[in-house]
Amino acid sequence: MPSIKELAKRESRFVSGHRLCAGCGAGIIMRLVLLAIDKPVIASCATGCVEVASTIFPYSSWKIPWIHSAFENSASTISGIEAAYRVFKRERKIDKDIVFVAFGGDGGTHDIGFQALSGAAERNHNVLYICYNNQAYMNTGVQRSGATPKFAHTTTSPVGKKIPGKIEWQKNLGEIMVAHNIPYVATAIPGRWNDLINKVEKAIKIEGFKYIEVLSPCRLGWPHEPELTMEISRIAVETCVWPLYEVEFGKYKLNYKPKEKKPVSEWFRLQGRFRHLLLPENVKLAEEIQKEVDRRWEELLKKCES
Amino acid sequence: MEKKLTWKELPIGDILEGGSSLKFKTGNWRSKIPVHIPEKCINCFICWISCPDDAIIVDAEKGKWSSFNYDYCKGCGICAYECPKKAIEMREEIEK
Ligand SMILES: Cc1ncc(C[n+]2csc(CCOP(=O)(O)OP(=O)(O)O)c2C)c(N)n1
Ligand code: SF4
Ligand code: SF4
Ligand code: SF4
Ligand SMILES: [Mg+2]
Repeated sequence: MPSIKELAKRESRFVSGHRLCAGCGAGIIMRLVLLAIDKPVIASCATGCVEVASTIFPYSSWKIPWIHSAFENSASTISGIEAAYRVFKRERKIDKDIVFVAFGGDGGTHDIGFQALSGAAERNHNVLYICYNNQAYMNTGVQRSGATPKFAHTTTSPVGKKIPGKIEWQKNLGEIMVAHNIPYVATAIPGRWNDLINKVEKAIKIEGFKYIEVLSPCRLGWPHEPELTMEISRIAVETCVWPLYEVEFGKYKLNYKPKEKKPVSEWFRLQGRFRHLLLPENVKLAEEIQKEVDRRWEELLKKCES
Repeated sequence: MEKKLTWKELPIGDILEGGSSLKFKTGNWRSKIPVHIPEKCINCFICWISCPDDAIIVDAEKGKWSSFNYDYCKGCGICAYECPKKAIEMREEIEK
């Protein structure tokens, strides 16, 4: 990875004036991803906070060719562009080396955009897909998604007498992408930006479809104090709620092992959507989450060892 | 933007000018303001890399922290939290 000072020499390609909330994790992620790529980039983006806040008519925060078409088709939009590029290259109409990136929120990736994503992965387009996962449909008012964690409060899984937040487990899309046999899958967080930059740098050197899922703290929907965006993402890693790992051609590698695994209550503590889990009457619910986090962590460790 | 278009005048698909959001200032969202304390700063640029709004200006050639871009800084406080030397303080906007 180039040093932070070298990165600072690069032109900013996700610029100020966007209207993401103050402290939004997705803003940091967009900046980091583009900073990590030292080449021309063409990107597509699904409908969601990033798209809505960065391209409010008549403005754009992107200093790259960037296209939005719909909520569900970021992956197919970029597939078409990448396929056209290959033809242009073959016909010698273009000789530039271009990196193709697709962005999508968790809704646009895990749920409605999933078939487009799966198709693009199966066709193995030379594309880097970045899912900024803020664990709900934030742009439309914090509705639950397939990526919303169990027992999280959202407006469509409200904590109350009937239910203690979302009653289903979140999908593990990283594993589903591994099952597509694509060359590279990784998880990341903004709070360990060097790890994220390394992963993007590595991914763009690999031919084929690459998937990186970045946890994207959302001060409005989780909600948390805005200055804690980076810190909360690190707590997710320290509690093993969001392990940092990568899978290169099927081979698992753990990128960071917490010195001392913290209890999930540390992760709940700073976020309104989990506050009910700290109440004495909900000890059983908190234990259920801890057990599942432990189980998934052990399973991952085994995969990384073998 | 000079004049707002009506829905009838809006193009069906549109091409926006890259980086044009710089014309839209977000600094007035701020209720708290980051203030830099140069004596404590070690020019590590961690604040710069952590800002969601690209609102910290650094002199990359000289390797020196330069300034906040208050035209866009939304006052989230991430830079102050992440600074390893506590060289950024968040103050009430009016006190600055
Ligand atoms: C087909 C379709 N259905 C619904 C919508 C409304 N819609 C726009 S963005 C969005 C949610 C986006 O959630 P996510 O992908 O997680 O991104 P986030 O807003 O959280 O960044 C929804 C439901 C739409 N634009 N198109
Ligand atoms: S709602 Fe959440 S994800 Fe959307 S802009 Fe605000 S902080 Fe960012
Ligand atoms: S307060 Fe937030 S927006 Fe302002 S410079 Fe610091 S990190 Fe950037
Ligand atoms: S993070 Fe702190 S020490 Fe580092 S450059 Fe910014 S103000 Fe200076
Ligand atoms: Mg989302």
